Amino acid sequence: MLYIKCPYCGLRAQKEFSYGGDATVKRPNINEEVSSEDWDNFVYMRKSPRGKHIELWQHIAGCRQWIKVQRDTATHEIFQTAKVTEEIR
Amino acid sequence: MSQPFRLNKEGLINRNKKISFTFNGKKLFGYEGDTIASALIANGIHLVGRSFKYHRPRGFFGAGVEEPNAKLQVEFNGHSEPNVNATEMELVEGLSATSQNCWPSVNFDIGAINNFLKMFFPAGFYYKTFMWPKSFWYKIYEPFIRKAAGLGVASIEKDKERYEHKFEYCDLLVTGSGPSGLASAYAAAKNGAKVILAEDKPRFGGTLLTDDVSIDNLSGKDWAEKIISELKSMPNVTVKNRSQVFGYYDHNMLVMFERVSDHLEKKSKFTPRQRLWYIRAKETILSTGSIERPIVFGNNDTPGIFLSAAAKEYMKVYGVLVGKKPLIFTNNDSAYETALEFKKNNVEPIILDTREEHSSELIDEAKSKGIDIRFSHGVIVANGYKKVKSAKIGKLNKDKNSFEKIEIVDCDCICVSGFWTPSVHLASQSGNKLKYEEKIDAFIPDKKKQHETSVGAANGSFTLEESLKHGFENGSNLSAKITETKTEISIPNVNEKKYGAHDKFWCMPLPKNENPKRFVDFQNDVSVSDIEIALREGYRSIEHVKRYTTLGMATDQGRTSNLNGLQLVSNIENKIVPEVGHTTFRPPFTPITIGTIVGREVGMEYMPTRKTPMHEWHEKNNAVFVDAGAWKRPRYYKEGNETLFEASKREAKNVRENVGICDVTTLGKIDIKGPDAAEFLNRVYTNAWMKLPIGKARYGLMLREDGIVMDDGTTTRISENHYHMTTTTAQAANVLSHLEYYLQIVWPELNVNVVSTTEQWAGAAIAGPKSRDMLSKLYPDLDVSNDALPFMGYKEADFFGVPSRIFRISFSGELAYEINVKSDHGMFMWEKMIEVGKEFGNQPYGTEALSTLRIEMGHVAGPELDGRTIPSDVSLNGLVSKKKDFIGKNSLGREAFNVESRQKIVGLIPIDRKSSIPEGSHIVQDQNAKLPNPKLGHVSSSCWSVENNNPFSLAIMKDGKNMIGKKFFAVSPLKNKSIEVEVISSHYVDPEGKRVRS
Ligand SMILES: [Zn+2]
Repeated sequence: MLYIKCPYCGLRAQKEFSYGGDATVKRPNINEEVSSEDWDNFVYMRKSPRGKHIELWQHIAGCRQWIKVQRDTATHEIFQTAKVTEEIR
Repeated sequence: MSQPFRLNKEGLINRNKKISFTFNGKKLFGYEGDTIASALIANGIHLVGRSFKYHRPRGFFGAGVEEPNAKLQVEFNGHSEPNVNATEMELVEGLSATSQNCWPSVNFDIGAINNFLKMFFPAGFYYKTFMWPKSFWYKIYEPFIRKAAGLGVASIEKDKERYEHKFEYCDLLVTGSGPSGLASAYAAAKNGAKVILAEDKPRFGGTLLTDDVSIDNLSGKDWAEKIISELKSMPNVTVKNRSQVFGYYDHNMLVMFERVSDHLEKKSKFTPRQRLWYIRAKETILSTGSIERPIVFGNNDTPGIFLSAAAKEYMKVYGVLVGKKPLIFTNNDSAYETALEFKKNNVEPIILDTREEHSSELIDEAKSKGIDIRFSHGVIVANGYKKVKSAKIGKLNKDKNSFEKIEIVDCDCICVSGFWTPSVHLASQSGNKLKYEEKIDAFIPDKKKQHETSVGAANGSFTLEESLKHGFENGSNLSAKITETKTEISIPNVNEKKYGAHDKFWCMPLPKNENPKRFVDFQNDVSVSDIEIALREGYRSIEHVKRYTTLGMATDQGRTSNLNGLQLVSNIENKIVPEVGHTTFRPPFTPITIGTIVGREVGMEYMPTRKTPMHEWHEKNNAVFVDAGAWKRPRYYKEGNETLFEASKREAKNVRENVGICDVTTLGKIDIKGPDAAEFLNRVYTNAWMKLPIGKARYGLMLREDGIVMDDGTTTRISENHYHMTTTTAQAANVLSHLEYYLQIVWPELNVNVVSTTEQWAGAAIAGPKSRDMLSKLYPDLDVSNDALPFMGYKEADFFGVPSRIFRISFSGELAYEINVKSDHGMFMWEKMIEVGKEFGNQPYGTEALSTLRIEMGHVAGPELDGRTIPSDVSLNGLVSKKKDFIGKNSLGREAFNVESRQKIVGLIPIDRKSSIPEGSHIVQDQNAKLPNPKLGHVSSSCWSVENNNPFSLAIMKDGKNMIGKKFFAVSPLKNKSIEVEVISSHYVDPEGKRVRS
C-alpha cells in the first residue's frame, strides 16, 4: 500500500485516496472551438510510461482535494506531491 | 504413559503441565511448550504424512518454518484447520491432529502405489500425461488429480473466531529476535526510537536458545532473556512473539501475522484468534536468520531424517531425542554441535563428514569426547520404508564422484547439514536484487531498495560476534538518524566456537546400477531426475524449470530446496549459480489464514450499513429491504402473504389511483454555493441553467467527457447563489468527485463550493392524484394550488413546527411532491404523513413499485444509463443545448453516435399480453435462427404495467423508433424463455406528461 503525502494533510495511506489518471492532460477551453483531433487526444489518448508519471489523486477520505503525485509506475517510488495549482518539474 | 524419547531434564518446556492430545485417534500427551512435532517425536512417532505425488511415507524434517513434510489437519478450540505445520503449532489441551493426503490411513496408503508407478509421474506429468483424449479429462484425470493433489480439507463450517487488523507506525521494525535482532532493537530503543520487535516463535532468542555460546558471561538464552525483559520495560518498545512478518510491500509497509490465542486453552470473549498488523516503518532491520540446507542423497525423504540443527533444537528446546542411534551427515562444522549435544545426553553419534580429515575447534572437541568421525564419508542411501533403519554409507574418492568403500551402518535417524542459506525472502520482496555470495554458496541482499537493512545470518554473517556487532551498529545508526539521539553502547564480550571452512558439496553420487529417488523438493516431490528431465526437454530459464517441475512451488516456498535445485541446474548447464539466477520470492513468507486477511470485515461488518431516519418505521411495518449501495431501502411493504409481485402491484396501483409516499432520503444531495454557481451548472449539465429563477427546480442531465450519460437529477435554485442538486443514489459519490474535479482542476477561476448534504436531509415523495389534497392537509397555512406551487416549483414552509423544503418534482409521472426536512425530523415527518394521509388512501411504496411507475412512464434510470448510452439513445436529446458548451458536448458529434441505426430506447409488450419479459433478454428477429443469432438489442427494465394490466419493458434496440409496430422475439437463454414481443413507444402511460402538471 502506497504512502502518499497529501499537501494539505500529510502522509496518508493509499486507502484514503482514489486515482485520477494523467495530471498533465489539459482540457480544451470551454466555449472555444477545438479540432476533432485535439478533442480525441484529450478524451482518449494517454501515455502509459514505464517510469516517472505525474498523476492525479483525490484525497476522498480526507480533505477531498485533488492533488498531483509524481510516481514511478514501475517501482511505485513517489518523488513529489503537490497541490493541483502547483507545478511538478 | 512414558515418553520413550523425552530427555529427563533438558529443554525449555513446562514439565509441570501435561497436555493431552490425539494423533490419528491415538491418545498421547506432551507438555506445555511443546509443538505437535516435539510431542509426537517424544512419543516415538515419526510417520506423519504421505508425500504429494508418490504418497511416500514422510516424517519431520525441520523444527520450524522450514518444515516441508509435516502438514496436519488439526482440530482445536472448536475448529478444524488444514495444512497446519506440526513443527510450529503449539500443543493445546484437547487438540486432535490427523495425517493428510493418505487413504485409508497413513500406515496403509493406497496412493503409495504411485511410488511404484513412477514412470507416470516424471517432471511435467500434469502437462504430458493428461493431454489426451479430451473426454478423459473430466471423467478420469481431473477426479484423479483432485484426489491425489489434496492436502488438507478446508472446513465448511462458518468460522466463529474473531480476527482483527491493526495499523501501526514505528521508527524501526525488527523482524526476528536472534542475536542480531535483539542487538538492533536494543540499540535503537536506547536511542529513544519507537521500536517493534517481532519474533515468529513463542520464545525469543533465535539461535541463542540452541547455540553453545556466552555473552558477557551469560549463556545465550540468559542474555536474550535479560535483553527482552529490558526491552519490555521500555515504553517506546513493542515486543511481539508468535508474530511472523510475512510481507514487505511498497513504501516500507510490512505486514505481520500474530497468532494471538491459538496456544491458549481458554481466552476471553473478545480476544481475537489472530491479528494482522499493517506496519509502516521508517526503517526495517531484517534479522530473519538462516535456514540449514540438506545434502541430497538416496531416499533422503525417509522418516527419521532431519536437518541437523532441528535435531539440536528438539534436544535443547523440547528435551526430545529424534533418535538414539544417530548418523550425522555434514559438509561443515555446525553439525558437530548437534553431535556434541547427543553425546552430552549419552547418545553415541557417528559423524560422516564429506571433507577430508582436518582439524578445527569443534572437530577437536568431538574427537576428544571420543565421537566416531569418518571423514570423506557420506550417506548414499537411507534404508527403511516408514522409518530409517540403516544407511548405506560410502567413503568418497578424491574427486567425490565415486566411492572407495561402501558399507551399511545401523541407525535410527540421520541428521544432515549442507551448510546455511540466509533467509532473504523479505529483502527480496522489498525489491532488493540479491547477489550471490561465493563464500557461503548462497544469495544475500544487495544494495538497499527501500529502507531494509539485513543483519546477522540473514546477511550471510554466521558468527555471533559479527551478528551482534552488525546489530548494535545498524540499530544505533538507523535510529539515531530518526531520533537525533545517540547513546553509546559497549558491544559485549562473546565466547563462541570457531567454525572451519565448509565443503562445497551438496549431492551424493550414486554407485553404478543404483537408482533410488533423491529428493530436492520434499513438499512437491521433485527429485534430481525430474530436474534432469526438464533440462533435457529444453527448459533453461530457472523460472521455467520451476514451473515445469514444481520445484519450490509448495507452501514451504522451497526454503530447503531452492539452492540445491539451483546447484543442480548450474551443474548440468555448466553455469555458475549466479548465472542461473534465483526465482522470485513472494509474500506471504508462511501461509496465513484467510480469516486473518478478512479481519473484522465479515457479516454485518463487511461494509457500513446506511439507514434512513425512517428505517425503524419501515422495519415495524413489514418492509422487505433491498441493498442500494450501502443503503437499505424498503423494496416493498408486505401485507399478509403477499409476494413481491403482488405487493409492488398493489403499491404502484395505489399511487396511480390515490396517493403513496416513498422514502427518498438515499438520493444524493449536493449543496452548491457561490456567485458562479449558475455558470458552473451550465457547464456541468447539458441543458441551459443561466436563467433558472429562484424558487424553481429543473431536471438536468450530465455527461462524461466522452459523451456518455453520467447521471441525471433535479437541481433547485434556493436563493441567488445557492443551489440544491440531487443525484441518483448510486452515483452520489461519483458526481461529487466529478464536480470537485472541475472546480479544483479545470475551472479553478469559478467561485463555487460544493458539499454533500445527502445525510443532512430526510426526504419523502408524495405521489398520486390525491397528493395535492394530502399536501394541503400537511401544510394547512400554505397555498399549494397549481398556480402557487406549479410543476418544478419550490417552497420553504413550516411542517408542523419544523422547517421543511417542498419540491414539486416527480419520478413516478404522477402529480407529486418531495418534502425534505432535517434528518433528525425525518421520522416525525414520515409518521405525520402516515397519519394525515389515511383519509386519502395513502400507502407507503417501496423501490419495486417505484420502478414500475417510472418504467411504464418511460423514465430512464440506471439500467438505461448503463455507461453506453448518449442522450439521444434514451430520448433525452431535448435536454441537450445546441447553443452553449458543456462537459462532453464535443464528443456528441462523433460519427458512431450519429448513425441512424444506432440502438435507442423503445417499449416492448408481449404479444400474448401475459408473459413477463426477463430483463437482459436479447432481441432477435428469428428465434430459431442459426447461431450466432444477430442481436438487435436488449431488454433493460421490465415491469407489470399497473395502468394497462399487462407486462411492459424498456429496451435499447437497433433502429429504435423505426421499429415501432414490428414484432420480434425477446430471448433469455438464462431463463430458457423466448417471448414474442411488439415494439411500441417507450412512453406507455401519459406520453404527453399531463399528470405531473395537473
Ligand atoms: Zn488531504
